[in-house]
Amino acid sequence: MNDIADLYQELIIDHSSRPRNFRPIGGAASSAEGYNPLCGDKVKVYLQMDGDVVADASFLGDGCAISKASASLMTESIKGKTRAEVEKLFSEFHDLVTGAGDSHSGRLGKLAAFSGLREFPTRVKCGTLAWHTLRAALKHEAGVISTE
Amino acid sequence: MSAERKPVLDLDVSAARKDFPALHQEVHGKPLVYLDNAATTQKPTAVIDAIDRFYRLDCSNVHRGVHELSERATKAFEEARTSVKRFINARTEREIVFVRGTTEAINLVANSYGRSHLKAGDEILISALEHHSNIVPWQLLSDQVGTRLVAAPINDDAELMLEEFERRLGPNTALVAVAHVSNALGTVMPVQEIVRMAHDRNVPVLIDGAQAVSHLRVDVRELGCDFYAFSGHKVFGPTGIGILYGREDLLDRMPPYQGGGDMIRSVTFEKTTYNELPYKFEAGTPHIAGAIGLGAALDYLSRLGIDHVTDYERGLLAYGTELLESIRGLRLIGTAREKAAVLSFVLEGIHPHDVGTVLDRLGIAVRTGHHCAQPVMARFGVPATTRASLAFYNTKAELDALADGIRQVQQWFKL
Repeated sequence: MNDIADLYQELIIDHSSRPRNFRPIGGAASSAEGYNPLCGDKVKVYLQMDGDVVADASFLGDGCAISKASASLMTESIKGKTRAEVEKLFSEFHDLVTGAGDSHSGRLGKLAAFSGLREFPTRVKCGTLAWHTLRAALKHEAGVISTE
Repeated sequence: MSAERKPVLDLDVSAARKDFPALHQEVHGKPLVYLDNAATTQKPTAVIDAIDRFYRLDCSNVHRGVHELSERATKAFEEARTSVKRFINARTEREIVFVRGTTEAINLVANSYGRSHLKAGDEILISALEHHSNIVPWQLLSDQVGTRLVAAPINDDAELMLEEFERRLGPNTALVAVAHVSNALGTVMPVQEIVRMAHDRNVPVLIDGAQAVSHLRVDVRELGCDFYAFSGHKVFGPTGIGILYGREDLLDRMPPYQGGGDMIRSVTFEKTTYNELPYKFEAGTPHIAGAIGLGAALDYLSRLGIDHVTDYERGLLAYGTELLESIRGLRLIGTAREKAAVLSFVLEGIHPHDVGTVLDRLGIAVRTGHHCAQPVMARFGVPATTRASLAFYNTKAELDALADGIRQVQQWFKL
């Protein structure tokens, strides 16, 4: 059960049961919807941009602990970052949860709590759904982003 | 279930478990507790050996060669068909069509019967409890010929509302297609009444028996249904093989589903005459090993006694229901009076996928998700459930392990 402890760290449980930035942004600059048809997880990400910088980010949706905590921590970690910085953060986060590269936990801050996901390949999509949706919102992509 | 039952010995579960090699392993360092039988069942040695023997000794094509191996393969293949006929009490082997599984069986009826016998405006009546495989083929047909799909509702216990069903059986109803047992929730449908109501109006009935054959005695003549579909792998047989039972006179009137070898009598560029039943519907080299494995599975189940299985599972379900109902924050979805051994549930504040992940690390295999029955999930206002689906080789001790596991899940999430 050690890998369960690694997966469901205190921080993840906390953010899944009390998600931060769990609200719509009225008149948001952009938003996008994400859907994982395998498990029915849905997320809507709202962005308020100030030029190239994320001024505010929030989300609404329903899903498992991993997907909710991931969306919550994501909205916290991208505020104040430029588009390029957000892209870089996503790529480091993606490497972390898929076990693709060395751990960038230093630069990832709280997002390093998702390092346990690499032992659960079937759950990686739960962790990345909000991020894929965020990228769509940044690009103003229309339609619903699917993990499949 | 028949009123007269022969007095027979009870099911010896610990002996039967020995027949299933896959049950005796550790997963994540814990003894496997396999509770995902509605997805697929484990296979007894009798099935594994039958497949092994075919590939080691008798491997050959069927219905063609004059040589010894082909003769043996053909004999084993056709004996498997006889086992199926016996198991569901069909009149003749001509009514037993080998297909890939339940899904293909339903698609065969939709394509062959549907396109030749149904027309624009005709209605196909299903229930609100159906698996996607008994919804989508009819929608495809609707797109092609203009039929309409109508679903009869279920009540809060996930039982079909028979009077509502009957109200929807109208002058335009041309076919009824219902599950025998719901895959997501375990409800046993009142198929006998459904067939009677439909036949009173001369409407043929297809029954999706995928989730029934491993739990209940199925007698197609007693049911009186026109088509009955099931999959081998959900009844302790191999994947990739399944059965379409069809009443001979109906099958006779239906055009072939696929064209190719084995389904023809003679071919010229001008005219082809089709083979007799059931070969008319079996184009190409069939899944010979699969059919032989399925025959072995049904023979095995018959030796155990399907009525014993039903009795034993009823006790198991009652025990598991009481056990799970005692867990705070757990809601069972699907509380029909007539139920097969399926325990579908949600835990307050915890998503099914998190439940499934923790249970897996405890060696407990369950299914989480929408179970290919999204309209059923929508009916109960949940995106997904955790489903423990039982077979006769499961035990009360395994249900205790499940209940313990659920409590551990709740501790992880501090609920």
